[in-house]
Amino acid sequence: MTSVAAPSRPGTGRAVRAAKSHGQEIVILIVLVVLFIAVGAHSPRFLSGNNLTSIFSGKAYIAVAAIGMSLVIIAGQIDVSVGALIGVLATIAGSLATHGFPIWVAWTVPVVVGIMVDAFVGVLVAYARIPSIVVTLGMLSILRGGLISVTSGAWISNLPPAFLLAQSRWFGVPVPVYFMVVLTIVMAAWMNYSATGRSIYAVGGNGEAARAAGLRVEPTIVFVFAVNGLFAGIAADLFGTQLQVIQSTVPPNLELTVITAAVIGGVSILGGTGTVIGSTLAAILFGTIESAFVFVGISAYWRGAVIGLLILATVLADMARRRRFL
Amino acid sequence: MSARTLLRHETILLALVIVAFAVLAQRSDRFFTPENLLNQGRLMTEVGLLSLTMTFVIVTGGIDLSVGSIVGMVAICVGVLWHDVGLPLWLAMGLGLAIGILAGLFNGFVITRFRVPPLIATLATLALYRGLAEGISQARSVRNYPDWFAALGQGEGWGVPNQLWILLVAVVIAAFALGLTTFGRTAYAVGSNEVAARFSGLRVDRVKLTIYAASGFAAALAAIILVSRVSTTRSDMGTGYELTAITAVVLGGTSIFGGRGTIIGTVLGLTLMQALGSGLSLAGIKGDGTIVVIGAILILTVLLANIFRRDGG
Repeated sequence: MTSVAAPSRPGTGRAVRAAKSHGQEIVILIVLVVLFIAVGAHSPRFLSGNNLTSIFSGKAYIAVAAIGMSLVIIAGQIDVSVGALIGVLATIAGSLATHGFPIWVAWTVPVVVGIMVDAFVGVLVAYARIPSIVVTLGMLSILRGGLISVTSGAWISNLPPAFLLAQSRWFGVPVPVYFMVVLTIVMAAWMNYSATGRSIYAVGGNGEAARAAGLRVEPTIVFVFAVNGLFAGIAADLFGTQLQVIQSTVPPNLELTVITAAVIGGVSILGGTGTVIGSTLAAILFGTIESAFVFVGISAYWRGAVIGLLILATVLADMARRRRFL
Repeated sequence: MSARTLLRHETILLALVIVAFAVLAQRSDRFFTPENLLNQGRLMTEVGLLSLTMTFVIVTGGIDLSVGSIVGMVAICVGVLWHDVGLPLWLAMGLGLAIGILAGLFNGFVITRFRVPPLIATLATLALYRGLAEGISQARSVRNYPDWFAALGQGEGWGVPNQLWILLVAVVIAAFALGLTTFGRTAYAVGSNEVAARFSGLRVDRVKLTIYAASGFAAALAAIILVSRVSTTRSDMGTGYELTAITAVVLGGTSIFGGRGTIIGTVLGLTLMQALGSGLSLAGIKGDGTIVVIGAILILTVLLANIFRRDGG
């Protein structure tokens, strides 16, 4: 990264440094708090337990997928096929569940398939040296076309009640929230403290320097994609069990939502910086905005434009923060 | 930078196109007929226009993910300006083109002035422009366009669909601009090494602005042709076009890292995709199976090109 950290004055220690390196997360947190207070003052029901639960639970699968995407982007790569993959994996899960396989098989197989598909993508990127945007563009076509040809877009219904993971609750809290919170914390710690986590930052920051320093660049990239597949699998389990039916099509623009969550969350598209906490906060922000629209009474049709403006503002603020203006 | 590598990629592609046509003509006698080929040409015009300017964008090392959304936004604006505001249709069309150019200029402005990476800048405007389209349309569609307007997308001149003439003119202009002008050489220079181009005194930012504006213009033109062809306007028009256009361009041998690529390659890539789409569906493969083939071919061509390039290196 070319961001020039201003020479810190003595006495402005840790807090300032933390604020600088987590600027984006703090910005999103502030926006979230302001939204909650403002919309809550306008209509108190916004802050009711039910509504908060639906905000946090409904976007959990996006947060989970965005964790994997954050790793991919931090490693200097991109994955535009993740939405299609989640659609395919959710359909696999649903088909297995309705065909009488044990529930745990229906939940596990998509995760394993996700890992395998994305590990293959990683191999093509790392060893065959095809740019990740090209591989995943191709993969997007293959997955999307394959899904519709196989299912003809038929919905999967009659899902066994025990299969509906995302609808169950532990101690009154929806299961997806646990997944979102635990995975975010685990991955944030892992990225920050483990050797592998640090090497992902190094590979994304400067691949040649990482290689010169003795890091194994290619296996790291394959590994990062495999992890992305793992998270796509978990996201698919959460996504596919939200409703009583699975639509067996690719959710439109899901890949862009996931990438956007990662980027708004402060993962630099140039690679090498960012955290998974930011992307989870961004996913929650999407849910909050959507819900706020309903409560404030703005037509839902303007939601896309507002989110677009928000992304643009965040990106510009991020660039300003990095002092990359000419 | 070698003419040899370019030649190689395009030769592979041309061979693939010929093989595809031969195999598809074998499998269905309805494929290699003038009616089918011309109709396919009609269908590929909208994405074709986008992929021409996308070639320029990618040659400079950029990307424009917002074109599909610009198509939707311009389509809605033309419909609303004509139907709801009551402007004459020709004026609404003109304003639509202006909106497209402005949208493209805005992309270019964010990219050149604020140094936002093109992938992110256009990802943001993808959401923004599509959101504006949805907000303006409020999920209503506009229909009942006059007959003269339908001629643009449904009529033909000298036996060839009207919009195919437009595409043909656009191809010639694009090929000339990229291959034979200072502007085109500048685009290659920017894509190969932007810093060097800047220090060589090239007007890097101006060229980029022009190219993103052109991309917006192409999207607006595609929108008008699309509205005329299907004689209705909806806010989700053009969704996913950006990925199809990028696929055609990359399939055509343009390096996603910039600095390398030709219009001929893009046209070949586009032709291959459209031929496969049409031929395979005629041969009884379900419509969406063809998308799978296109995806596989995209990966395979780049893989092949990589292998050949390293051997020849």
